[in-house]
Amino acid sequence: MGGISAGTSAGAMLLSSGADVDFFIHSYYEFELFGQTLSINTTMISTVIVCLILLGLILFARHEIMKDYDEPNAVQNAVEMLVETMDAMVESSMGAHAPKYRNYVITLMAFIFLSNISGVFGLRAPTADFGTTFALALITFVMIEYAWIKSNGIRFVKDLFEPFPIFFPVNVISEFATPVSMSLRLFGNVLAGTIMISLWYTLLPWFMKLGIPSFLHVYFDLFSGAIQTYVFGMLTMTFITDKYAD
Amino acid sequence: MMSQITNEGLVLACSAIGAGLALIAGIGPGIGQGIAAGYGASAVGRNPGAKGDIMSTMLLGQAVAETTGLYGLVIGLILLYANPLIGRL
Repeated sequence: MGGISAGTSAGAMLLSSGADVDFFIHSYYEFELFGQTLSINTTMISTVIVCLILLGLILFARHEIMKDYDEPNAVQNAVEMLVETMDAMVESSMGAHAPKYRNYVITLMAFIFLSNISGVFGLRAPTADFGTTFALALITFVMIEYAWIKSNGIRFVKDLFEPFPIFFPVNVISEFATPVSMSLRLFGNVLAGTIMISLWYTLLPWFMKLGIPSFLHVYFDLFSGAIQTYVFGMLTMTFITDKYAD
Repeated sequence: MMSQITNEGLVLACSAIGAGLALIAGIGPGIGQGIAAGYGASAVGRNPGAKGDIMSTMLLGQAVAETTGLYGLVIGLILLYANPLIGRL
């Protein structure tokens, strides 16, 4: 999957028009570590930018709230409304387990949402890299398995042999398919939007680039990004709650 | 005529055709999501009070139905931009 980022010569040959379609991940600085060639690339830079913006928003909200806690100002009202909405969403789908997981789920959704909409601001979305989405899905996978072991103890092994022992391989595969399908869903959606927008910007005559791309940005970055954020958070919560149910 | 086709050209042409075929996988999720949205609309029509629950269930089902189409998309993208077959020549 890392090969998608490489932009091989074969890929360049297939784009017959000769126009320079650019949605690849570029590496800016390469270095050797333990015999592996690592690189500082577009994804890392935009991830850092997204994290800094998120941190900045949080510090700004904290500063505004702490200025005068007893007399709420506009920022405090907005932040409280946002947090209450998210809390209610987690509460409605996780029920009694919400207090333990709301921090994780809301943090995850904030990061994914800001990443998805960062295409509007000219960044290459960090979630358009399989590395990012797979890392996020792996964290969720660990949380799911933790919830399973926590609620069932060692009896979770017995669940693997349900309903018949012959289903053991199927159950194991379906367990490991969860992070793969979750990460591919997010990755595929965001990358599809990134590719569509970059194709529009590079392959069409100049008058098509006036105004019209804003609709594409609204659909692919804002709408699709919000939907995929919701779906990722919702699936995380559903899978975790499922493990507690029995 | 046929002898002018290089090995690499043949692999690239077949990869392009294969990428196109892989994206036929988009038909399934399209039909599935349409059915889910249709039933969601009729459910909201029957019970407008439960709109929030219906919306979230519908979106979740549509997202899961979308997965197979995205597998096709990923295979198409791999064939176009990170072709594993060209290295076998």
